[in-house]
Amino acid sequence: MRLPESTRMKLNFRVVLLIAAALFGIIFSIPSLTQSQHGAKVTLGLDLQGGLHLLLGVKTEEAVNSQLKSVASGIKHFTEQNDILVDGLSVQGDGVVFSLLDAEDGTKLGEHLKNVQGAVVKVSGESYRVSFKPEEVEKLKAQAVDQAIETIRNRLDQFGLAEPVVARQGVDKILVELPGIKTPQEEQRARELISRAAKLELMAVDEDRSMRVNDLSDVEAASYGDKILEDALQPNMKHLVNEIPILDGTVLTDAQVGYDQNNRPVINFSLNSAGAQIFGDFTGKSVGKRLAIVLDGKVYSAPVINERIGGGSGQISGNYSVSEANDLAIALRSGALLAPIYMLEKRSVGPSLGADSIKASLLALVSGFVLVMIFMIMYYGLAGIIANLAVMINIFIILAMMALLGATLTLPGMAGIVLHIGLAVDANIIINERVREQIRLGLGLKKALQEGYSKAMRAILDSNITQIIACTILYVYGTGAIKGFAVTLSMGILASMLTAIVGTYGIFQLFTNRIEKSKNYKLWFGMTRKVN
Amino acid sequence: MELFKEDKVYNFLGKGKIFFVASFVLFFVAIALIATKGFSFGIDFTGGTVVQVKYQGVAPIDKVREALEKNELFKHAAVSEFGSPEEIVIKTAASTDGLSKDIGDVTREILKGTGDFEIRRVDMVGPKVGDELRVKGLTAFLLTLSAIMAMVTFRYEWRFALAAIIAIVHDIVITFGFVSYFEIDFNIESVAALLMILGYSIHDTIIVYDRIREHIQESKNSDFVMIVNEAVSRTQSRTTLTSLTVFFVVLTLFLFGGDIMLGFSFPMLVGVIIGTYSSIFVAAQLVVWTGFSVGRYREKMAEKIKLQAEKEKMRAQFEQGIV
Repeated sequence: MRLPESTRMKLNFRVVLLIAAALFGIIFSIPSLTQSQHGAKVTLGLDLQGGLHLLLGVKTEEAVNSQLKSVASGIKHFTEQNDILVDGLSVQGDGVVFSLLDAEDGTKLGEHLKNVQGAVVKVSGESYRVSFKPEEVEKLKAQAVDQAIETIRNRLDQFGLAEPVVARQGVDKILVELPGIKTPQEEQRARELISRAAKLELMAVDEDRSMRVNDLSDVEAASYGDKILEDALQPNMKHLVNEIPILDGTVLTDAQVGYDQNNRPVINFSLNSAGAQIFGDFTGKSVGKRLAIVLDGKVYSAPVINERIGGGSGQISGNYSVSEANDLAIALRSGALLAPIYMLEKRSVGPSLGADSIKASLLALVSGFVLVMIFMIMYYGLAGIIANLAVMINIFIILAMMALLGATLTLPGMAGIVLHIGLAVDANIIINERVREQIRLGLGLKKALQEGYSKAMRAILDSNITQIIACTILYVYGTGAIKGFAVTLSMGILASMLTAIVGTYGIFQLFTNRIEKSKNYKLWFGMTRKVN
Repeated sequence: MELFKEDKVYNFLGKGKIFFVASFVLFFVAIALIATKGFSFGIDFTGGTVVQVKYQGVAPIDKVREALEKNELFKHAAVSEFGSPEEIVIKTAASTDGLSKDIGDVTREILKGTGDFEIRRVDMVGPKVGDELRVKGLTAFLLTLSAIMAMVTFRYEWRFALAAIIAIVHDIVITFGFVSYFEIDFNIESVAALLMILGYSIHDTIIVYDRIREHIQESKNSDFVMIVNEAVSRTQSRTTLTSLTVFFVVLTLFLFGGDIMLGFSFPMLVGVIIGTYSSIFVAAQLVVWTGFSVGRYREKMAEKIKLQAEKEKMRAQFEQGIV
């Protein structure tokens, strides 16, 4: 059946664009709305789904310090291997100091020191001072942060939580987000896993002075090149060990939970070949002496060496529960933190609060939307319905864009969407007011629409550009929550240019003939007064 | 439905002095409030800890206070009801930086024995983070203001831009005077609200300016006061409608968003009202007072068009190879 020319609707590119936008919005927001497993969907922020948010700092100067210590270990090993006698080898301030007993060994030692990366060696007479160049210090600090991020990520991945986020923030801060955390116990366990230094050291017990350990002060111990460490299991027991470790955790290749003869959980670790070599050499010449296994500055055991131990493996036994042993093995496997980390910011939201927040903001969203819709229809009649349709499509587009960009929806983001509903209809209010004006002037509908849209357009563009600028600044200078807000709002503004300006124009064009024929401006534009 | 007569010109500027006095008084009362009473800054800015606890049944606030007092971390802690009698928030200026046992764990231990409770939220911000945020927030605000100034100067004229900025500052100061008076927590969401009000205020103002510009270009009238009155009257129904719709949604946020959103929804609510008022009664009025002259603006525009035409003529001649 053919409709008469005057009532037939012609599809125009604007309507096609609007339909395409609507389809795009609806299709790509379905995964988010149904929370299905397939397809990209909007992730809920921790404030909505509950979880743990941490901002961590890294004590990078400690990383430099521990690098100095391992330089000292290297010197110790080298000099022992080559029968070079040194005295007073220790870390002081930002350098390693020692003096050479026989000046003739200087050239030989010089060869070794040349291979230490980024080191500056100052020699005055027999005394040596090895420190790092400023560039090397910066590099070590940067590395410490990188390494901390990598290590924490490894640990959390092995911990088995859903979707952990570990990311750098700024120069030296680390953001950790754990949505899977539900209980305080879980939270504490995760925090401990993250912060555990997991620094394994194998140290020689100073057998000559070991008997006097309870009488020595830290300063006295240091003067012998020793260190007093607490026992991990018996708090009152102390051990006197050589300050410079024989080996540290960097030579570790694996750590697994095993069980000892009493069926208690222990951790078995193995060393790489270089580590095994040093370990073999040391145990070979230290038969009868004790070897302290030190973890995070506490002695876990100090067995007597009965024979040379080849193969490079060892065991840490403590009074562990299975889950503690498990976490420790994870920490050891993923490596020690080069530098200690500390907490700058923590936000933990229980899942029930998140659910309450979703409920509250959805209520605000729906009721705000319904109010605006009713109001628009009352005021503008069918033009109001068209504007409402545009806003609805707009919201779908925001959702779809956020899903595709992998953006996170936070509570302030929700507020941004709610607020956007109020602002999005504004474009249509401006347009409708302009069109009404043109109709009152007695222009034909086609002309009135054209004039109204083009005049409204100018003001809307001016304003939207200003808003987008504001949003960009918000995004650049804002932190997490504010960023989310800026993202939803600017997406909304961009989408509204398409739906509110282009889309609604298309719909009016579609109905132009019909409106003109009916002359019912009250129905279509809510105009109560007579048109000339 | 139509709320305003389409051909009536309301004399908004005629009552300029009354509104000026009203704005003036509000503005300085707000400044006095902010200066003397200040804001109750949230931990986002000051550093510190907020713990939200929900009890089974009515929260024993006195018992909680008593238990907390003994602990160094909670020396000057504030305990208050939050949303419902079952829920409380504990605020303290202290924070801890260790990861293995933090202030949330400490709170849990202290509150043991005060009843059956669940810790629903622990927000802890170290002192350094707060400092950084303050600097960033202020930078964002000033940058946005200058960007708006540049944008409006480029699209309109510097007097318009100046008036717009004054109107924005007017809106924000008055709004945050209310925030100070009602002791609403000033947190990171409040900064978002502040920037939203800024955006909203400039948006409203631009719509009116756009009309003024249009009337300057199209009308034969040279009386700027008349032009402004007409422009404001023509945009009146749009301003009212939009303000109403935005007001509706902000009101629902305020009513249903809960206490957690208060730092955002309250300033928004006040800001929408003040922003609407200022775009009708303040922004345009200020342009008049800056001594804007329609005659000179038209001359400038004419000059611009002439220059443009000359340029094009020269280019055309150049392209034809005459010069």
